[in-house]
Amino acid sequence: MNLFTQAFAVARKDLAIELRTKESLNAAGSFAVVILVIFSFAFESFSDEMKEFGGGLLWLVFAFAGALVFNRGFARELPNECLDTLLASPLSGAALIIGKAFANFAMLLVVELVSIFTFGIFYNVNWLSEAGSLTVVFALATWGVSILGAIFGALTVNLRLRELMLPVIIYPLMVPILIAAIELTNEVLNHRPIGGQMQWIRVLVASDIGFTGLAWMLADTILVN
Amino acid sequence: MREKLVMLLAGLAAILLAYNLHHMFLVLPNEVSQDFIFRIIFFHVPAGIVGMIGFFVALIFSVWYLAGGDLRYDSVAASIVEVSVVFSIVNLVTGSIWARVIWGIWWTWDYRLTSQLVCVLIFVGYVMMRRAIDEPTQRARLSAALTIFGCFDSVVVWKSIEWFRNNHPGPVLSIRTGGGNMDPDYERTLWLNFLALLIIGAALALVRSRQESMEREIDSLRRAAHV
Repeated sequence: MNLFTQAFAVARKDLAIELRTKESLNAAGSFAVVILVIFSFAFESFSDEMKEFGGGLLWLVFAFAGALVFNRGFARELPNECLDTLLASPLSGAALIIGKAFANFAMLLVVELVSIFTFGIFYNVNWLSEAGSLTVVFALATWGVSILGAIFGALTVNLRLRELMLPVIIYPLMVPILIAAIELTNEVLNHRPIGGQMQWIRVLVASDIGFTGLAWMLADTILVN
Repeated sequence: MREKLVMLLAGLAAILLAYNLHHMFLVLPNEVSQDFIFRIIFFHVPAGIVGMIGFFVALIFSVWYLAGGDLRYDSVAASIVEVSVVFSIVNLVTGSIWARVIWGIWWTWDYRLTSQLVCVLIFVGYVMMRRAIDEPTQRARLSAALTIFGCFDSVVVWKSIEWFRNNHPGPVLSIRTGGGNMDPDYERTLWLNFLALLIIGAALALVRSRQESMEREIDSLRRAAHV
């Protein structure tokens, strides 16, 4: 099996477990909605300014909800020594990390879909006409965040205070992705073309390629048990 | 040998620092527009450069550790990161004091300030992570990986925030501008103070790396005693 076949096998396994238990999706989805409701007390939710803050608000929600998803990624392999079994299998370290990133990506996109619908209704923002551009921005930014979540989920899985250490480490690393995603999402919510903001698309593409390359190279170093 | 080197570096740094302090406070005149507070640049800029150099030197030691597996390289990398975090915080604090006097605010979300803060947060995460791992080889491997991610990310953060916001004063040193933006006597003092801080940083990193090695030795003795 080549690397991507192995990675898809890992992602399929994780998504199958998630579909049966729904532990990450239920927690992250509910958390995202709760945060969106709480933010409505801080902002005038029907003002035009909402379109200027919308990107920031949404990506804060995705980052917080993402940490819940990423924490579970490797933690679900701890009971019954599943992680040791995975590491002892012929699966390569890079395939395991990229497979986990695929699963993170799919789960986070579901959370984002739930959040954007909730956001549109609660904050009276019409985003449906810009669904294409929004999909491009979400896909590019979510992959970068997901690969970071996978590699640092692996790195922190055996640490004391794992749930605390993961956000402390990955939020600063996510900064370039979050800045670019917030800027581009604001452009989309204001019905402006994202083609005029190529530097942010370049930041997302560079982060995606850079983090994926580093994750690929360092996977075996991080996963040695 | 290491103690003698540390003593030599500390002595050298003390002499250089005493000369620099005398020169910057008693010889150089006040700057025309910023008055006395301008002198903070003699610590602010060198501390920032020493911190940034330290992170990338730590990157080299981390890669050496991953290539050879020698835990001494990990100790040196960890020591340099800790010292660099301290220098970067000095850079942020001195900048903040200058901003309060000149701009009237302690902080602004300018790209240099923000990228430096993010860089500090990444490596504070590194220091915290090391405290959370007991097994030395695992700690060294994961720390090296985080250093590599941190240094790559620092570069991307720097560029992305540069596009995002910018109201920090522009570069003044001749290596960035080709000269003419700063009085040569001021610039000479700044570079001499950079040298003093670099030597202090090297001495601190040597002391800290010795502590790291001793910690590892004590830990392995403790483990052997428990077997």
